[in-house]
Amino acid sequence: MDRRAFLRTAGAGLGLVSIVAVRPAGATPERMRDAIRKVVGSSAVTPGRVKLELPPLSENGHAVPLTVSVESPMTEADHVRALHVFTEINPLPDVAAFRFTPRSGRARVSTRVRLANTQTVVAIGELSDGSFWSDRATVVVTLAACLEGPL
Amino acid sequence: MRLVWAALVGIVVAVAASAMAGEIPLGERRSGYDFMSRETRAMQDDDTANPGMLWVLEGESLWGRKVGAAGRACADCHGDARGSMKGVAARHPAFDAGTGRPVNLEQRINLCRVDRQQAPRLAWEGRDLLALTAYVARQSRGMPINGVVDQRMQAFLDAGRATFYRRQGQLNLACSQCHDDHWGRRLAGNVIPQGHPTGYPLYRLEWQGLGSLQRRLRNCMVGTRAEPYEYGGPDFVDLEVFLMWRARGMTIDSPAVRP
Amino acid sequence: MARALINVPAQAKRGEIIEIKTLISHVMETGHRRTETGAPIARDIIRQFVCTYNGAEVFRAELHPAIAANPFLVFSTVATESGTLTFTWTGDNAFSVTESAAITVS
Repeated sequence: MDRRAFLRTAGAGLGLVSIVAVRPAGATPERMRDAIRKVVGSSAVTPGRVKLELPPLSENGHAVPLTVSVESPMTEADHVRALHVFTEINPLPDVAAFRFTPRSGRARVSTRVRLANTQTVVAIGELSDGSFWSDRATVVVTLAACLEGPL
Repeated sequence: MRLVWAALVGIVVAVAASAMAGEIPLGERRSGYDFMSRETRAMQDDDTANPGMLWVLEGESLWGRKVGAAGRACADCHGDARGSMKGVAARHPAFDAGTGRPVNLEQRINLCRVDRQQAPRLAWEGRDLLALTAYVARQSRGMPINGVVDQRMQAFLDAGRATFYRRQGQLNLACSQCHDDHWGRRLAGNVIPQGHPTGYPLYRLEWQGLGSLQRRLRNCMVGTRAEPYEYGGPDFVDLEVFLMWRARGMTIDSPAVRP
Repeated sequence: MARALINVPAQAKRGEIIEIKTLISHVMETGHRRTETGAPIARDIIRQFVCTYNGAEVFRAELHPAIAANPFLVFSTVATESGTLTFTWTGDNAFSVTESAAITVS
Protein backbone atom coordinates (compact mmCIF):
# COMPACT_ATOMS: atom_id res chain seq x y z
CA MET A 1 0.00 0.00 0.00
CA ASP A 2 1.57 3.33 -0.99
CA ARG A 3 2.01 6.10 1.57
CA ARG A 4 -0.81 8.30 0.32
CA ALA A 5 -3.34 5.49 0.40
CA PHE A 6 -2.19 4.57 3.90
CA LEU A 7 -2.72 8.13 5.14
CA ARG A 8 -6.18 8.21 3.59
CA THR A 9 -7.33 5.05 5.31
CA ALA A 10 -5.62 5.92 8.57
CA GLY A 11 -7.24 9.35 8.58
CA ALA A 12 -10.63 7.94 7.71
CA GLY A 13 -10.29 5.43 10.50
CA LEU A 14 -9.63 8.18 13.03
CA GLY A 15 -12.48 10.25 11.66
CA LEU A 16 -9.98 12.82 10.42
CA VAL A 17 -9.81 14.35 7.00
CA SER A 18 -6.30 13.78 5.78
CA ILE A 19 -4.82 16.86 4.22
CA VAL A 20 -1.99 16.14 1.90
CA ALA A 21 -0.16 19.25 0.81
CA VAL A 22 0.41 18.96 -2.92
CA ARG A 23 2.81 21.48 -4.38
CA PRO A 24 2.17 22.23 -8.08
CA ALA A 25 4.49 19.96 -9.99
CA GLY A 26 6.08 22.67 -12.11
CA ALA A 27 7.99 22.07 -15.26
CA THR A 28 11.08 19.95 -15.10
CA PRO A 29 13.32 18.70 -17.87
CA GLU A 30 11.20 15.51 -17.89
CA ARG A 31 7.92 17.41 -18.33
CA MET A 32 9.50 19.44 -21.10
CA ARG A 33 10.61 16.24 -22.81
CA ASP A 34 7.03 14.91 -22.54
CA ALA A 35 5.63 18.11 -23.98
CA ILE A 36 8.07 17.90 -26.87
CA ARG A 37 7.19 14.25 -27.43
CA LYS A 38 3.53 15.23 -27.72
CA VAL A 39 4.49 17.38 -30.68
CA VAL A 40 7.05 15.18 -32.42
CA GLY A 41 5.63 11.77 -31.58
CA SER A 42 8.22 9.07 -32.18
CA SER A 43 10.13 11.07 -34.79
CA ALA A 44 13.74 12.00 -34.24
CA VAL A 45 14.64 15.60 -33.49
CA THR A 46 17.90 16.83 -34.99
CA PRO A 47 19.69 19.84 -33.53
CA GLY A 48 20.10 22.47 -36.23
CA ARG A 49 18.27 24.58 -38.81
CA VAL A 50 16.21 26.30 -36.11
CA LYS A 51 17.61 29.53 -34.71
CA LEU A 52 16.42 30.56 -31.25
CA GLU A 53 17.46 34.07 -30.23
CA LEU A 54 17.24 35.15 -26.59
CA PRO A 55 19.35 37.60 -24.61
CA PRO A 56 21.91 35.71 -22.49
CA LEU A 57 21.03 37.92 -19.53
CA SER A 58 17.55 39.29 -18.88
CA GLU A 59 16.86 42.14 -16.48
CA ASN A 60 13.40 40.94 -15.73
CA GLY A 61 11.79 37.56 -16.27
CA HIS A 62 8.38 39.08 -17.00
CA ALA A 63 9.18 40.10 -20.56
CA VAL A 64 12.12 38.48 -22.29
CA PRO A 65 12.34 39.17 -26.05
CA LEU A 66 12.48 35.98 -28.11
CA THR A 67 12.91 35.40 -31.82
CA VAL A 68 12.69 31.98 -33.43
CA SER A 69 13.30 31.29 -37.12
CA VAL A 70 14.23 28.76 -39.77
CA GLU A 71 15.90 29.61 -43.06
CA SER A 72 13.44 28.16 -45.56
CA PRO A 73 12.28 28.95 -49.10
CA MET A 74 8.70 28.69 -47.76
CA THR A 75 7.40 27.19 -50.98
CA GLU A 76 4.58 24.69 -51.21
CA ALA A 77 7.14 21.94 -51.59
CA ASP A 78 9.55 23.07 -48.89
CA HIS A 79 8.35 25.15 -45.97
CA VAL A 80 8.16 25.26 -42.19
CA ARG A 81 4.85 24.03 -40.82
CA ALA A 82 5.33 25.13 -37.24
CA LEU A 83 7.75 26.37 -34.61
CA HIS A 84 7.18 25.29 -31.02
CA VAL A 85 8.81 26.82 -27.94
CA PHE A 86 9.27 25.09 -24.58
CA THR A 87 10.83 25.92 -21.21
CA GLU A 88 12.51 23.73 -18.63
CA ILE A 89 11.59 25.46 -15.39
CA ASN A 90 8.40 27.50 -15.87
CA PRO A 91 5.28 26.06 -14.18
CA LEU A 92 4.19 24.77 -17.59
CA PRO A 93 6.57 23.56 -20.30
CA ASP A 94 4.67 24.95 -23.33
CA VAL A 95 5.27 28.55 -24.33
CA ALA A 96 3.77 28.87 -27.81
CA ALA A 97 3.23 27.19 -31.14
CA PHE A 98 3.53 29.25 -34.31
CA ARG A 99 1.95 27.84 -37.47
CA PHE A 100 3.02 28.97 -40.92
CA THR A 101 1.89 28.55 -44.50
CA PRO A 102 3.87 29.19 -47.69
CA ARG A 103 2.07 32.55 -47.66
CA SER A 104 3.98 33.46 -44.50
CA GLY A 105 6.98 34.35 -46.62
CA ARG A 106 9.42 33.85 -43.77
CA ALA A 107 9.44 31.36 -40.92
CA ARG A 108 10.37 33.91 -38.30
CA VAL A 109 8.47 35.14 -35.25
CA SER A 110 9.37 37.55 -32.48
CA THR A 111 7.53 37.84 -29.20
CA ARG A 112 8.14 38.39 -25.50
CA VAL A 113 8.02 35.53 -23.01
CA ARG A 114 8.00 35.03 -19.27
CA LEU A 115 10.84 33.04 -17.76
CA ALA A 116 10.45 32.00 -14.14
CA ASN A 117 14.15 31.72 -13.48
CA THR A 118 17.49 31.14 -15.13
CA GLN A 119 16.87 28.24 -17.51
CA THR A 120 17.11 26.68 -20.94
CA VAL A 121 14.53 27.37 -23.62
CA VAL A 122 14.04 24.91 -26.48
CA ALA A 123 12.57 25.53 -29.93
CA ILE A 124 11.35 22.71 -32.19
CA GLY A 125 10.83 23.27 -35.90
CA GLU A 126 8.45 21.07 -37.88
CA LEU A 127 9.11 21.06 -41.64
CA SER A 128 6.80 20.16 -44.51
CA ASP A 129 8.77 16.96 -45.14
CA GLY A 130 7.84 15.77 -41.66
CA SER A 131 11.30 16.27 -40.15
CA PHE A 132 11.91 17.93 -36.77
CA TRP A 133 14.80 20.19 -35.87
CA SER A 134 15.75 22.02 -32.70
CA ASP A 135 17.76 24.75 -31.06
CA ARG A 136 18.20 25.70 -27.42
CA ALA A 137 19.34 28.79 -25.52
CA THR A 138 20.07 29.51 -21.88
CA VAL A 139 18.93 32.75 -20.27
CA VAL A 140 20.14 34.10 -16.94
CA VAL A 141 17.19 35.86 -15.33
CA THR A 142 17.78 38.54 -12.71
CA LEU A 143 15.27 39.97 -10.29
CA ALA A 144 14.19 43.57 -9.94
CA ALA A 145 15.17 45.38 -6.77
CA CYS A 146 12.71 47.52 -4.81
CA LEU A 147 9.60 45.46 -5.38
CA GLU A 148 6.03 46.42 -4.70
CA GLY A 149 4.77 44.44 -1.78
CA PRO A 150 1.03 44.79 -1.19
CA LEU A 151 -0.26 47.89 -2.99
CA MET B 1 11.27 94.86 -14.95
CA ARG B 2 9.70 92.79 -12.16
CA LEU B 3 9.67 89.73 -14.42
CA VAL B 4 13.37 90.05 -15.14
CA TRP B 5 14.14 90.46 -11.43
CA ALA B 6 12.07 87.40 -10.55
CA ALA B 7 13.84 85.37 -13.20
CA LEU B 8 17.24 86.52 -11.90
CA VAL B 9 16.30 85.60 -8.36
CA GLY B 10 15.08 82.28 -9.62
CA ILE B 11 18.35 81.58 -11.39
CA VAL B 12 20.42 82.68 -8.40
CA VAL B 13 18.41 80.43 -6.14
CA ALA B 14 18.82 77.53 -8.51
CA VAL B 15 22.58 78.02 -8.81
CA ALA B 16 23.06 78.39 -5.06
CA ALA B 17 21.04 75.27 -4.38
CA SER B 18 23.02 73.20 -6.85
CA ALA B 19 26.07 73.50 -4.62
CA MET B 20 24.52 70.81 -2.34
CA ALA B 21 26.95 68.17 -1.23
CA GLY B 22 26.53 64.76 -2.87
CA GLU B 23 24.47 65.91 -5.85
CA ILE B 24 25.46 64.30 -9.13
CA PRO B 25 27.41 66.82 -11.24
CA LEU B 26 25.32 68.02 -14.17
CA GLY B 27 27.75 66.50 -16.64
CA GLU B 28 27.43 63.02 -15.09
CA ARG B 29 23.66 62.80 -15.09
CA ARG B 30 22.25 59.79 -16.89
CA SER B 31 18.70 58.67 -17.60
CA GLY B 32 17.57 55.25 -16.40
CA TYR B 33 17.49 54.42 -20.10
CA ASP B 34 21.29 54.34 -20.17
CA PHE B 35 21.41 51.63 -17.50
CA MET B 36 19.04 49.25 -19.27
CA SER B 37 19.86 46.28 -21.44
CA ARG B 38 19.93 46.70 -25.20
CA GLU B 39 16.72 44.66 -25.49
CA THR B 40 14.75 46.83 -23.05
CA ARG B 41 16.00 49.97 -24.77
CA ALA B 42 14.80 48.55 -28.10
CA MET B 43 11.38 47.94 -26.55
CA GLN B 44 11.16 51.60 -25.54
CA ASP B 45 12.46 52.98 -28.82
CA ASP B 46 9.91 51.22 -31.02
CA ASP B 47 6.44 52.77 -30.69
CA THR B 48 4.98 49.62 -32.24
CA ALA B 49 6.60 47.43 -29.56
CA ASN B 50 6.39 49.74 -26.52
CA PRO B 51 3.48 48.53 -24.35
CA GLY B 52 3.18 52.05 -22.87
CA MET B 53 1.79 53.15 -26.23
CA LEU B 54 -1.35 51.09 -25.54
CA TRP B 55 -2.12 53.51 -22.71
CA VAL B 56 -1.23 56.50 -24.89
CA LEU B 57 -3.76 55.24 -27.47
CA GLU B 58 -6.42 54.91 -24.79
CA GLY B 59 -5.59 58.38 -23.53
CA GLU B 60 -6.04 59.74 -27.02
CA SER B 61 -9.54 58.34 -27.17
CA LEU B 62 -10.37 59.59 -23.65
CA TRP B 63 -9.13 63.05 -24.67
CA GLY B 64 -12.02 63.36 -27.10
CA ARG B 65 -14.71 61.91 -24.88
CA LYS B 66 -17.34 64.25 -23.40
CA VAL B 67 -17.77 63.66 -19.67
CA GLY B 68 -19.33 65.12 -16.56
CA ALA B 69 -22.21 67.43 -15.89
CA ALA B 70 -20.59 69.98 -18.18
CA GLY B 71 -20.57 67.45 -21.03
CA ARG B 72 -17.09 68.58 -22.05
CA ALA B 73 -14.14 66.70 -23.50
CA CYS B 74 -10.53 67.70 -22.89
CA ALA B 75 -10.42 68.46 -26.60
CA ASP B 76 -13.23 71.02 -26.30
CA CYS B 77 -10.96 73.38 -24.34
CA HIS B 78 -7.50 72.18 -25.30
CA GLY B 79 -7.99 71.24 -28.91
CA ASP B 80 -5.34 68.99 -30.40
CA ALA B 81 -3.13 67.74 -27.57
CA ARG B 82 -0.18 67.41 -29.91
CA GLY B 83 0.02 71.19 -29.88
CA SER B 84 -1.63 72.33 -26.69
CA MET B 85 0.00 69.78 -24.37
CA LYS B 86 3.52 70.18 -25.70
CA GLY B 87 5.81 70.95 -22.77
CA VAL B 88 3.18 70.46 -20.08
CA ALA B 89 4.70 67.30 -18.59
CA ALA B 90 8.14 68.95 -18.74
CA ARG B 91 7.03 71.69 -16.36
CA HIS B 92 4.96 69.74 -13.87
CA PRO B 93 4.64 69.69 -10.87
CA ALA B 94 3.67 73.34 -11.24
CA PHE B 95 2.31 75.88 -8.79
CA ASP B 96 -1.46 75.98 -8.59
CA ALA B 97 -2.76 79.32 -7.29
CA GLY B 98 -6.07 77.80 -6.25
CA THR B 99 -4.56 75.34 -3.77
CA GLY B 100 -1.46 77.43 -3.01
CA ARG B 101 0.66 74.35 -3.59
CA PRO B 102 2.42 72.57 -6.44
CA VAL B 103 0.32 70.00 -8.27
CA ASN B 104 1.66 67.18 -10.40
CA LEU B 105 0.29 66.23 -13.81
CA GLU B 106 -2.22 63.73 -12.42
CA GLN B 107 -3.56 66.31 -9.98
CA ARG B 108 -3.77 68.90 -12.75
CA ILE B 109 -5.85 66.52 -14.83
CA ASN B 110 -8.15 65.87 -11.89
CA LEU B 111 -8.49 69.60 -11.20
CA CYS B 112 -9.72 69.99 -14.77
CA ARG B 113 -12.06 67.01 -14.35
CA VAL B 114 -13.68 68.44 -11.25
CA ASP B 115 -13.63 72.17 -12.02
CA ARG B 116 -14.11 72.30 -15.80
CA GLN B 117 -15.83 69.05 -16.69
CA GLN B 118 -17.79 68.69 -13.43
CA ALA B 119 -16.89 65.05 -13.43
CA PRO B 120 -15.67 62.97 -10.51
CA ARG B 121 -11.92 62.72 -9.88
CA LEU B 122 -10.15 59.81 -11.52
CA ALA B 123 -8.66 57.28 -9.11
CA TRP B 124 -4.90 57.22 -8.54
CA GLU B 125 -3.27 54.49 -10.62
CA GLY B 126 -6.62 53.82 -12.30
CA ARG B 127 -6.53 52.98 -15.98
CA ASP B 128 -8.18 56.23 -17.16
CA LEU B 129 -5.89 58.53 -15.20
CA LEU B 130 -2.83 56.59 -16.35
CA ALA B 131 -4.02 56.72 -19.95
CA LEU B 132 -4.64 60.47 -19.91
CA THR B 133 -1.35 61.16 -18.12
CA ALA B 134 0.51 58.96 -20.59
CA TYR B 135 -1.12 60.73 -23.53
CA VAL B 136 -0.28 64.19 -22.17
CA ALA B 137 3.25 63.21 -21.15
CA ARG B 138 3.86 61.70 -24.59
CA GLN B 139 3.40 65.19 -26.07
CA SER B 140 6.51 66.35 -24.19
CA ARG B 141 8.71 63.56 -25.49
CA GLY B 142 12.06 64.92 -26.60
CA MET B 143 11.71 68.13 -24.62
CA PRO B 144 14.00 69.17 -21.77
CA ILE B 145 12.69 69.18 -18.20
CA ASN B 146 12.13 72.75 -17.06
CA GLY B 147 14.82 74.03 -14.68
CA VAL B 148 13.61 77.48 -13.75
CA VAL B 149 12.32 77.55 -10.20
CA ASP B 150 9.10 79.47 -9.69
CA GLN B 151 9.74 81.50 -6.52
CA ARG B 152 6.43 80.32 -5.09
CA MET B 153 7.69 76.72 -5.36
CA GLN B 154 10.92 77.26 -3.41
CA ALA B 155 9.62 76.10 -0.03
CA PHE B 156 8.18 72.94 -1.54
CA LEU B 157 11.38 72.25 -3.47
CA ASP B 158 13.31 72.55 -0.21
CA ALA B 159 10.89 70.19 1.52
CA GLY B 160 11.30 67.68 -1.30
CA ARG B 161 15.07 67.99 -1.11
CA ALA B 162 14.97 67.37 2.64
CA THR B 163 12.96 64.20 2.00
CA PHE B 164 15.46 63.01 -0.58
CA TYR B 165 18.37 63.34 1.83
CA ARG B 166 16.55 62.09 4.93
CA ARG B 167 17.14 58.58 6.22
CA GLN B 168 13.89 56.64 6.52
CA GLY B 169 12.46 53.28 7.31
CA GLN B 170 13.76 50.12 8.92
CA LEU B 171 16.80 50.09 6.67
CA ASN B 172 17.44 53.71 7.62
CA LEU B 173 18.30 54.64 4.07
CA ALA B 174 17.98 57.97 2.31
CA CYS B 175 17.19 58.14 -1.41
CA SER B 176 20.53 59.87 -1.92
CA GLN B 177 22.50 56.94 -0.58
CA CYS B 178 21.53 54.72 -3.50
CA HIS B 179 20.78 57.26 -6.20
CA ASP B 180 23.46 59.90 -5.55
CA ASP B 181 26.21 57.82 -3.93
CA HIS B 182 25.86 54.35 -5.48
CA TRP B 183 24.24 54.80 -8.88
CA GLY B 184 25.80 52.53 -11.45
CA ARG B 185 26.44 49.76 -8.92
CA ARG B 186 24.22 46.68 -8.66
CA LEU B 187 21.37 45.80 -6.35
CA ALA B 188 19.74 42.38 -6.68
CA GLY B 189 21.11 41.93 -10.19
CA ASN B 190 19.87 45.25 -11.54
CA VAL B 191 21.93 48.40 -11.94
CA ILE B 192 20.98 51.24 -9.57
CA PRO B 193 19.86 54.20 -11.70
CA GLN B 194 20.21 57.83 -10.68
CA GLY B 195 16.45 58.06 -10.18
CA HIS B 196 15.47 60.77 -12.64
CA PRO B 197 11.76 60.89 -13.55
CA THR B 198 12.27 61.47 -17.25
CA GLY B 199 9.92 58.82 -18.58
CA TYR B 200 6.79 58.77 -16.46
CA PRO B 201 4.25 57.32 -16.54
CA LEU B 202 6.21 54.30 -17.62
CA TYR B 203 5.81 50.61 -18.39
CA ARG B 204 7.69 48.73 -15.73
CA LEU B 205 8.40 45.13 -16.71
CA GLU B 206 8.15 44.20 -13.04
CA TRP B 207 4.58 45.57 -12.91
CA GLN B 208 3.66 44.14 -16.32
CA GLY B 209 1.81 47.41 -16.71
CA LEU B 210 2.06 51.17 -16.81
CA GLY B 211 2.44 53.13 -13.58
CA SER B 212 3.09 56.58 -12.20
CA LEU B 213 6.17 58.06 -10.56
CA GLN B 214 4.45 57.84 -7.21
CA ARG B 215 3.85 54.13 -7.67
CA ARG B 216 7.56 53.67 -8.34
CA LEU B 217 8.48 55.77 -5.33
CA ARG B 218 6.19 53.64 -3.18
CA ASN B 219 8.12 50.59 -4.44
CA CYS B 220 11.36 52.25 -3.33
CA MET B 221 9.91 52.97 0.08
CA VAL B 222 8.64 49.43 0.51
CA GLY B 223 12.08 48.29 -0.60
CA THR B 224 13.72 50.28 2.20
CA ARG B 225 11.04 49.14 4.63
CA ALA B 226 9.65 52.63 5.06
CA GLU B 227 5.97 53.44 5.30
CA PRO B 228 5.01 54.67 1.79
CA TYR B 229 3.47 58.12 1.57
CA GLU B 230 -0.14 58.54 0.44
CA TYR B 231 -0.82 59.06 -3.24
CA GLY B 232 -1.08 62.75 -3.99
CA GLY B 233 0.04 63.72 -0.51
CA PRO B 234 2.35 66.69 0.02
CA ASP B 235 5.31 64.45 0.87
CA PHE B 236 5.17 62.89 -2.57
CA VAL B 237 4.40 65.99 -4.58
CA ASP B 238 7.18 67.98 -2.88
CA LEU B 239 9.56 65.11 -3.63
CA GLU B 240 8.41 65.14 -7.26
CA VAL B 241 9.15 68.87 -7.40
CA PHE B 242 12.68 68.18 -6.18
CA LEU B 243 13.22 65.18 -8.47
CA MET B 244 12.17 67.13 -11.53
CA TRP B 245 14.45 70.00 -10.50
CA ARG B 246 17.28 67.49 -9.97
CA ALA B 247 16.65 66.22 -13.49
CA ARG B 248 16.44 69.73 -15.02
CA GLY B 249 17.57 69.86 -18.60
CA MET B 250 17.26 66.11 -19.11
CA THR B 251 15.04 64.88 -21.91
CA ILE B 252 11.52 63.59 -21.36
CA ASP B 253 11.15 60.09 -22.86
CA SER B 254 7.60 59.17 -21.87
CA PRO B 255 6.18 56.58 -22.02
CA ALA B 256 9.42 54.89 -21.01
CA VAL B 257 10.05 51.18 -20.43
CA ARG B 258 12.04 50.12 -17.38
CA PRO B 259 12.90 46.72 -15.85
CA MET C 1 -11.27 48.09 -23.17
CA ALA C 2 -9.10 46.04 -25.50
CA ARG C 3 -6.63 48.15 -27.43
CA ALA C 4 -4.46 46.82 -30.18
CA LEU C 5 -1.56 48.44 -31.96
CA ILE C 6 -0.92 47.06 -35.42
CA ASN C 7 1.93 47.99 -37.69
CA VAL C 8 1.45 46.97 -41.31
CA PRO C 9 2.86 48.75 -44.34
CA ALA C 10 0.03 50.44 -46.23
CA GLN C 11 1.66 49.65 -49.57
CA ALA C 12 3.85 46.86 -50.89
CA LYS C 13 5.15 45.42 -54.14
CA ARG C 14 3.70 42.14 -55.34
CA GLY C 15 5.77 39.27 -54.00
CA GLU C 16 7.44 41.39 -51.32
CA ILE C 17 7.65 39.84 -47.84
CA ILE C 18 6.18 42.32 -45.38
CA GLU C 19 6.68 42.34 -41.63
CA ILE C 20 3.66 42.78 -39.39
CA LYS C 21 3.89 43.83 -35.75
CA THR C 22 0.99 43.46 -33.34
CA LEU C 23 0.63 44.52 -29.72
CA ILE C 24 -2.56 43.99 -27.76
CA SER C 25 -3.55 45.07 -24.28
CA HIS C 26 -4.13 41.96 -22.14
CA VAL C 27 -3.08 41.01 -18.64
CA MET C 28 -2.25 37.37 -19.57
CA GLU C 29 -3.02 36.17 -16.04
CA THR C 30 -1.07 32.93 -15.75
CA GLY C 31 -3.29 31.04 -13.34
CA HIS C 32 -0.29 30.34 -11.11
CA ARG C 33 -0.57 33.45 -8.96
CA ARG C 34 -2.39 33.67 -5.64
CA THR C 35 -3.94 36.55 -3.73
CA GLU C 36 -2.50 37.77 -0.44
CA THR C 37 -4.79 35.38 1.40
CA GLY C 38 -3.69 32.43 -0.74
CA ALA C 39 -6.71 32.12 -3.02
CA PRO C 40 -5.76 31.17 -6.58
CA ILE C 41 -6.20 33.79 -9.30
CA ALA C 42 -7.84 32.11 -12.28
CA ARG C 43 -6.04 31.90 -15.61
CA ASP C 44 -7.10 34.55 -18.09
CA ILE C 45 -5.03 34.55 -21.25
CA ILE C 46 -5.24 35.02 -24.98
CA ARG C 47 -4.98 31.50 -26.36
CA GLN C 48 -4.98 32.04 -30.08
CA PHE C 49 -4.01 34.63 -32.66
CA VAL C 50 -4.89 34.28 -36.35
CA CYS C 51 -3.98 36.50 -39.27
CA THR C 52 -5.92 36.18 -42.51
CA TYR C 53 -5.26 37.87 -45.82
CA ASN C 54 -8.41 38.37 -47.90
CA GLY C 55 -9.89 35.52 -45.94
CA ALA C 56 -7.01 33.04 -46.25
CA GLU C 57 -5.07 32.16 -43.11
CA VAL C 58 -1.41 33.13 -43.38
CA PHE C 59 -0.23 32.83 -39.78
CA ARG C 60 -1.49 31.41 -36.49
CA ALA C 61 -0.13 31.39 -32.97
CA GLU C 62 -1.21 29.28 -30.00
CA LEU C 63 -0.28 31.07 -26.82
CA HIS C 64 0.26 29.77 -23.30
CA PRO C 65 0.66 31.63 -19.97
CA ALA C 66 4.39 31.98 -20.62
CA ILE C 67 3.69 34.67 -23.20
CA ALA C 68 4.31 38.04 -21.56
CA ALA C 69 1.48 40.44 -20.65
CA ASN C 70 0.32 42.72 -23.46
CA PRO C 71 1.29 40.13 -26.08
CA PHE C 72 3.61 41.29 -28.80
CA LEU C 73 3.91 39.31 -32.04
CA VAL C 74 6.00 40.01 -35.12
CA PHE C 75 5.55 37.80 -38.17
CA SER C 76 5.57 38.01 -41.96
CA THR C 77 3.41 37.45 -44.96
CA VAL C 78 3.86 37.75 -48.71
CA ALA C 79 2.14 40.74 -50.31
CA THR C 80 0.12 38.95 -52.98
CA GLU C 81 -2.81 41.28 -53.77
CA SER C 82 -4.52 44.38 -52.48
CA GLY C 83 -7.08 43.82 -49.80
CA THR C 84 -7.55 43.36 -46.10
CA LEU C 85 -5.46 41.79 -43.43
CA THR C 86 -7.53 40.68 -40.48
CA PHE C 87 -6.16 39.94 -37.02
CA THR C 88 -8.15 37.99 -34.47
CA TRP C 89 -7.21 37.31 -30.86
CA THR C 90 -9.33 34.88 -28.82
CA GLY C 91 -8.93 33.54 -25.34
CA ASP C 92 -10.34 32.78 -21.91
CA ASN C 93 -13.57 34.36 -20.67
CA ALA C 94 -14.89 34.68 -24.23
CA PHE C 95 -12.16 37.17 -25.08
CA SER C 96 -12.36 38.06 -28.76
CA VAL C 97 -10.87 41.04 -30.58
CA THR C 98 -10.68 41.53 -34.34
CA GLU C 99 -8.82 44.33 -36.08
CA SER C 100 -8.19 44.92 -39.77
CA ALA C 101 -5.76 46.80 -41.92
CA ALA C 102 -5.96 47.58 -45.62
CA ILE C 103 -3.02 46.96 -47.90
CA THR C 104 -2.42 48.14 -51.44
CA VAL C 105 -0.24 45.85 -53.52
CA SER C 106 1.10 47.08 -56.85
